[in-house]
Amino acid sequence: MRTDTIDQFASSLAAADVACTRVEAAEFSAALDDVVDAPAVGVPLGIDGVSLDDTAVELPPTPRLLREAETGVTRVHGIVDHGSFVIQADAAGTEPVSLYPRTHVGVVRASDLHADVEETASWLGEEFDAGRDAAVLATGASATADMGELVHGVHGPQSVHAVVVTDR
Amino acid sequence: MSADRERKAAKIRHLLETEGDAVFENTTHVNAGRYETNSHRDDIDELRDAARAIKEDAIERLPELVETVKESVEANGGEVYVADDAADANRYITEVTESKGAETLAKSKSMTTEEIDVNDALADAGVDVTETDLGEFVVQVADEAPSHLVGPAFHKSTEDIAELFNAHFDPDEPFETAEDLTQFARDHVGEKIVDADVGMTGANFVFAESGTVALVTNEGNARKCAVTPDTHVAVAGIEKLIPSVDDFPPFAELIARAAGGQDIATYLSLLSPPVDSPVVDFDEPDEPLDASTDDREFHLVLLDNGRTEMREDDDLRETLYCIRCGACANSCANFQHVGGHAFGGETYTGGIATGWEAGVHGLDSAAEFNDLCTGCSRCVDACPVKIDIPWINTVVRDRINRGADAEFDWLVEGLTPDADPGGVDLQKRLFGNFGTLAKLGSATAPVSNWLADWGPTRAVMERVAGVDRRRDLPEFQRETLVDWFEARDPLPAAGDADREVVLYPDAYTNYVLVDRGKAAVRTLEALGVDVAVAPCHESGRAPLSQGMIATARENAERVADSLDPHLDSGRDVVVVEPSDLAAFRREYEHLLDDDRAERLAEHSYEVMEYVYGLLENGADADLLASGGEVAFHSHCQQRTLDVDVYTEAVFERLGYDVVTSDVECCGMAGSFGYKSEYYELSVDVGETLADQFEAQDVAQRELVASGASCHEQLGSLLPQASTHPVELVAPE
Ligand code: SF4
Repeated sequence: MRTDTIDQFASSLAAADVACTRVEAAEFSAALDDVVDAPAVGVPLGIDGVSLDDTAVELPPTPRLLREAETGVTRVHGIVDHGSFVIQADAAGTEPVSLYPRTHVGVVRASDLHADVEETASWLGEEFDAGRDAAVLATGASATADMGELVHGVHGPQSVHAVVVTDR
Repeated sequence: MSADRERKAAKIRHLLETEGDAVFENTTHVNAGRYETNSHRDDIDELRDAARAIKEDAIERLPELVETVKESVEANGGEVYVADDAADANRYITEVTESKGAETLAKSKSMTTEEIDVNDALADAGVDVTETDLGEFVVQVADEAPSHLVGPAFHKSTEDIAELFNAHFDPDEPFETAEDLTQFARDHVGEKIVDADVGMTGANFVFAESGTVALVTNEGNARKCAVTPDTHVAVAGIEKLIPSVDDFPPFAELIARAAGGQDIATYLSLLSPPVDSPVVDFDEPDEPLDASTDDREFHLVLLDNGRTEMREDDDLRETLYCIRCGACANSCANFQHVGGHAFGGETYTGGIATGWEAGVHGLDSAAEFNDLCTGCSRCVDACPVKIDIPWINTVVRDRINRGADAEFDWLVEGLTPDADPGGVDLQKRLFGNFGTLAKLGSATAPVSNWLADWGPTRAVMERVAGVDRRRDLPEFQRETLVDWFEARDPLPAAGDADREVVLYPDAYTNYVLVDRGKAAVRTLEALGVDVAVAPCHESGRAPLSQGMIATARENAERVADSLDPHLDSGRDVVVVEPSDLAAFRREYEHLLDDDRAERLAEHSYEVMEYVYGLLENGADADLLASGGEVAFHSHCQQRTLDVDVYTEAVFERLGYDVVTSDVECCGMAGSFGYKSEYYELSVDVGETLADQFEAQDVAQRELVASGASCHEQLGSLLPQASTHPVELVAPE
């Protein structure tokens, strides 16, 4: 069941041009370093048994890191049918870390995948009630066609990568 | 041509030359994208219903939602200001910037801030404003107004922008590609965001219960503007309020599909400011971000500016449901060719602009471009919240008519005994009373045709009534369909018919394109139907298209009076002209009592739709003419009613090989293409259709078109003549 969900998520991500790496918690640090281009900046992930401590990612974020980092790493939730991230803004700086660097790597627990926008909205409703009332549904890389043709990488990241922690 | 018509024609000619190609490219691209993405889901109509219901409810409860959002935003630590009008909003906003000592402000895309011209107010207050949406940035650099709700620079090609930026920024290496331009603009604007003292955004939606602002973008600029500086001002019309985040899903699914054919926008930000995200102070580059020391401020400016009155106006209220996706512009053939600098008012562009401009800036702003809506109704299917955009255009046109001066009235008072008041423009009266003219023309044919074609007559018609000389006029037939029908014996097959219909003869079918009416009668009778023909009364379509609602209502009542006895006796109504069927099915609900309108709508059929039904129910297809190669252009309103498919199905059933057009409208649109100020635009739109057919190599095919206008337009653009589909399949 869960594998199915992750497969679907991965295929929606692919449609949005987002790469997907699957990893078990125990292998997370090594796998993340493979995905991340240094310099990288991150915020604590808050996932049991998964941490950025033994990785190349620097914390806490500073304005200089935001400007200079190639990669920003944050936790996200996922929306399966659109391959979207749900980025919950917080005091640690998840929002700017997911926004400023060239690449955003979103780390998502398999148990944090929501089937569709409808399910996401009802979960978010509870989160909002609990005071976590800012979230960005982000699908793929930032883009514009304002100069006459589609170009990726505008004010948000130019590329996006998902790391799914399959046993969490 | 009158001076005003000449001015309009010149403006359109200029825009066709300078901006038409870029607008066409951009709008048709996103319009095709909308069809494509919508085709992958089968619940689009349910989502549209859901979105519409949420907006209806929200506008109904608006005063209560304003109170709710005040409480929730204040509980979050922000401020709400309800501004009566633009000046009030600008005063509040500049007070905020002054209190912060702000010198710079980075702003994300927002039509509502365009509506109040906040940039000018901020400039006067000494604040340097940067537009961070790249399309808005282009327009800001060019010092122009946005030409589209979603794509402000849709009127510019890559080359145009490169030329503009090369002249303005004088780079070491001149910019050439979209990639160069995007990178430059991103970096330039990115620096402005980093330096900004205040971030300003609009809001696509505001959730009252949690005080949440929803921002939809692909570029990510709204995210940066909202969270980078410590002060965030969001400006939104009061109509953006919806109750809660629970109501968000249908909009999240629809808005990007409608706008540009994306499944979902890249970024849907739901922020309940002041946000918890730490302020990013680039002047202290090595200080770790620390939200605990931040002093964030948030101001939500809710703009009324006429919206409360719109809410109380039964005809304009729907405008407030608009989510500003731009689909009504993209799906509009006229807009595709000329863009928002013609098809728009002070702020808003496209089909719904008439409603917005009438509501927020007044009738004069709407009057300037309202006639560019031909009522083709293609936007009706495109609108994610199911707004009846053509009706809003009609109502506003009616109001404009009523405000006009009664200059030439004496000229038409006798000829056009309509129910609309003095003051209606002569051109409008002429076209609005087409039925009466056609009757007169037919009675005096062929003299009327000679006279109408006579040079001096055309010159007068052009000068006084704006009927363009370059158009052929309809040729009236001396023997009308009704006369012909009365003088003949029905086919023997009709005698033992178990189906009975009444054919509605519109003015074109009765007086001009009589053959299509005869073909309809023959076809129906051959398939075993007993046919009666109703008297020819104008359906109301012609006056409606001129905004003459009182006349249209009178027409509708007369038509209903003549058809009611037939409906009472169980006859179905068969209609040849799609625009009249559309009147019965769509507009009569505004003109007649509900029951009457509903019954007529339910029992009316387009002729090929009816033929399809007969064949499906066992009628013998062998009785009809079969086989051959056809190029088919269906009619805009027919497509909106989803009736075009029946013509294609009948052709297929009868073994025809068919190619079809897929333009939104032929550009003729009833009287539109005759009007001297719009003739060139009409031809430009028509050429897209002609090009499409020529590309499909239709020279050897039978050309068929469902609408009388389409028939005339095609006749003027392609060498071969066209007929109505029923003329092709009718037995000899
Ligand atoms: S009227 Fe409908 S289609 Fe037009 S911009 Fe508004 S929501 Fe979109």
